Amino acid sequence: MTDEHVETYAQDFKSYCIGGLLAFMLTALAFGLVIFEILPHFERLIALAILAVAQIIVHFRYFLHISWHSHRDDLQLVLFTSLILFLMVGGTIWILFNLHERMM
Amino acid sequence: MTVESSFSLLGTLTPQDISFVQTFENPVMSEFIDGAAGSVLVIGMIIVAALLTYYRGWKTLWFDWLTSVDHKKVGIMYIVVAFVMLARAIIEGVLMRYQQSIAVNDPGVLTPDHFGQLFSTHGSIMIFFMAMPFITGMINYIMPQQIGARDVSFPLLNAISLWLTAAGAALVMISLVVGKFSTGGWTAYPPYTGIEFSPGEGVDYWIWSISLTSIGSTLTGVNFATTIYKNRAPGMTLFRMPLFCWTSLCTSVLMIFAMAPLTIATLMLALDRYAGFHFFTNDLGGNMMNYANLFWLFGHPEVYILILPAFGVFSEVISTFSGKTIYGYKSLVVATMSIAVLSFTVWLHHFFTMGQGANVNAIFGIATMLIGVPTGVKVYDWLLTMVRGRIRLTTAMLFSIMFLVTFVIGGLTGVILANPPVDFAVHNSLFLVAHFHNMVIPGVLFGMIAGYQFWFPKAFGFRLAERWGKASFWCWSFGFYLTFMPLYVLGLMGAMRRTVEWFRPEYLGWLQASFVGALLLFSGFILLIVQLIVSVRQRDQRRVPAGDPWDGRSLEWSNSAPPPEYNFAVIPEVSGQDAFTRLKEQGKAYASPAAYDDIIVPKNSIVAPVIGVGAIALGFALVWHIWWLVALGFVTIWGAVIARSFVTETERVIPASEVRADHEAWLQQVRECATTPREQEDTSANVGRAEVLA
Amino acid sequence: MKRQSLLHPGLNLGSTDEYSHDEAEPVIFGFWVFLMADLVLFAILFATYASMSVQGQAGGPSPTDVFDLPSAFIETMLLLSSSITFGMASLALKYKADRLHLVFWLVLTFCLGAGFIGMEVRDFWIMTQQGAVPQRSGFLSAFYMLVATHGIHVTAGLCWMIVMLVQLRVLGRTTEVKLRLMRLALFWHMLDIVWVCIFTFVYLFGVAL
Repeated sequence: MTDEHVETYAQDFKSYCIGGLLAFMLTALAFGLVIFEILPHFERLIALAILAVAQIIVHFRYFLHISWHSHRDDLQLVLFTSLILFLMVGGTIWILFNLHERMM
Repeated sequence: MTVESSFSLLGTLTPQDISFVQTFENPVMSEFIDGAAGSVLVIGMIIVAALLTYYRGWKTLWFDWLTSVDHKKVGIMYIVVAFVMLARAIIEGVLMRYQQSIAVNDPGVLTPDHFGQLFSTHGSIMIFFMAMPFITGMINYIMPQQIGARDVSFPLLNAISLWLTAAGAALVMISLVVGKFSTGGWTAYPPYTGIEFSPGEGVDYWIWSISLTSIGSTLTGVNFATTIYKNRAPGMTLFRMPLFCWTSLCTSVLMIFAMAPLTIATLMLALDRYAGFHFFTNDLGGNMMNYANLFWLFGHPEVYILILPAFGVFSEVISTFSGKTIYGYKSLVVATMSIAVLSFTVWLHHFFTMGQGANVNAIFGIATMLIGVPTGVKVYDWLLTMVRGRIRLTTAMLFSIMFLVTFVIGGLTGVILANPPVDFAVHNSLFLVAHFHNMVIPGVLFGMIAGYQFWFPKAFGFRLAERWGKASFWCWSFGFYLTFMPLYVLGLMGAMRRTVEWFRPEYLGWLQASFVGALLLFSGFILLIVQLIVSVRQRDQRRVPAGDPWDGRSLEWSNSAPPPEYNFAVIPEVSGQDAFTRLKEQGKAYASPAAYDDIIVPKNSIVAPVIGVGAIALGFALVWHIWWLVALGFVTIWGAVIARSFVTETERVIPASEVRADHEAWLQQVRECATTPREQEDTSANVGRAEVLA
Repeated sequence: MKRQSLLHPGLNLGSTDEYSHDEAEPVIFGFWVFLMADLVLFAILFATYASMSVQGQAGGPSPTDVFDLPSAFIETMLLLSSSITFGMASLALKYKADRLHLVFWLVLTFCLGAGFIGMEVRDFWIMTQQGAVPQRSGFLSAFYMLVATHGIHVTAGLCWMIVMLVQLRVLGRTTEVKLRLMRLALFWHMLDIVWVCIFTFVYLFGVAL
């Protein structure tokens, strides 16, 4: 998309519609999993996490227009942020649960 | 102190909270010292106000400085804040060393409570209100000029950050006169800082001053990162930027990502204290260990936020005063980036002893040792830059060399502490205190002083007196070793930090030596002030109007000293690393540009000072539970932001003819200047035009 | 001349307003960086919640006791719809020269957002009536802090929307106003992403665990 490229209303409109549709479906799936207690316990949690990640990617792609074609800085920033968030959240959970276990 | 108990007009504030009243009612030594400190503050402010009135400076102060959004002026104001706060915190350091040196089997002069306030303010100020403003000011002044930009990306936001930081500093200063500061150390660990064990205003002062400055720093980080990413001159690719810009970029990224944990931790602590939440309490599911976790999630990257810009300064200073391109540019860049990322993986080493399993400790211990590798790479690069260079031992260079030696020693004790078993033995002892002072004094303070000596002529148009600078350097260096080497020994002898009274006579000699060292450090600071005064008086013999007193290598030296408001009459085109050296060698340094354009600069704005005053009011009101003032402060801040968004005339145009006239006049002046050989750098022959040898 | 059509995150104005499109790059990038800092803030709250929701119940109510899934589902639908309507507002900003389309979609977004906040306040009210107040346990402290921080962000977004509606009237569709609306759009969509994490890791995990 780096060439001279004139977007049209129809294209942009379609992008939001696809995004909205996917987001609604993923949300409904996630709630459905829990309300109707589909899948065994552990698998259900994994499925929920995967659905959440999928929905986040959908939002980034269709609402925030971040994709592999984005300006390099923008994408780099998102990826770097993901790394830092992973370190912070993962580290905190690891440390606090380790401490908790040893206090029991 | 609960919410219900305080609906009076002044909240929980009473006359007894004023420090002079306390001194009057309870005239003991410790209170006298407190009262004296308050008096110095009040009298100092009166003197400044009187001088401003006498010299009719109020108008200049307001129109040229306080409302300015020029990155250079904002930078200078940051550094002024840093110097004022440094003066207070260094005196506190000396006072603590004095107390400890006489308090062997003796209560000394300070009460434990007063001593607790001293080490809390000393640490908080040195980190948040001395080091942070210093590096932020330095980056503000230099970075846009080095990348060939006219300003930062968001000039008004820059001024707002300054005012938020200044508001935090003001709160710490107010606590000297009204009420007491926290006694919980600069880290303010709960549950001690919870409402149960620390009732009263002390911890609240800490919480709100830190919150204000942490928000300011986040915004600064956003601003700098955007500037470096989007505002570089044509041809200034990332890998042609001077190293100071690289370290600024990495520091900004750290500011963006590391300040949030601190903001959250302080807000949670505030909710615990004000509203009875249970984040860090002892009971009902609170988890105080999470505070340590969150604080150091911020705290460790913070160390690198402070040290990286200093690394940048050393890179510039060593390269300039060795007359050589920096050795291993790419390796220095990669090392800087590695340090920035690794700094997010080591925070647990600040609480090895908290009780997590051996595996957790081991992994963080290894990560900690890893961070020594890129730092080592840097040290070798700096050394190799000096090899076969024509080294000039200016003050800035002396500080840089002393940094190299001292920092390596500090780094080695750091690797020792990175071993969890060793850490268990010396945790919380003076060994630790010695270690981190050994990192931040050479790593941050020496860097900032070196940068100050190096770039002062650029900012003010005249050189600082080298003789006084060198005298100051020797005081700082010997003072550092004399103060902190004994603390290593004391730590190994079992002396714990933050102790107000000792019962081991064998400590005495070491503590006394350390006190003498502290006096030397203080002399170093005084000599810096003397240097400034002497240089201002001799400014006419020290002027460097041509703007390049040190044969500089990067773009900030290519304009006049002090630079015009818009930095560059015409935005330079960059063709490689060491952009200005290239221009000089090609003989294009002072060529007249082909054409001039109109320049758009931002207008001054009252918004930043309004937000600053609103923030002080908000913080003060929160500390004293004055709820109407809380509301007023909040509305003032956001009202100013919204009102500003309706202002459409925010910029003014400097016509091309005016730019041409000023620039051509300066170029003419430069061409008439004699070039200075490097041997005469410190003489009045140096008017800022370097001799080009190539 | 070759030009990039995607200069920055969010809907790019592109060829419909080339001047604003170029002006947007640094401004939107700066805001994007700020949003990343905001994400870190939420991440810390999530990490704290993750530990406290398990370790900090202190004999008080557990997530299953206090969470109302149908209500959370309605809130999710409201916020998700508001993201799509804001998308429509962005399209109107880019393609429609008149103000009416834009104002219509903004007002609709505002109503959906306000509905979300209303539902959330109602949830909190019911919880406090059941004795599930933040002072009860570490879990509840962390829950209220996380969800309310998101709620405060949404409220701030609503206030911002009001200011923008006024500015559309007073200042018109200037470049400044356009750039502000584009930043508000990023803010709004980002809050939706945070909410995805909240409904998954707080509400659904809380009930499913």
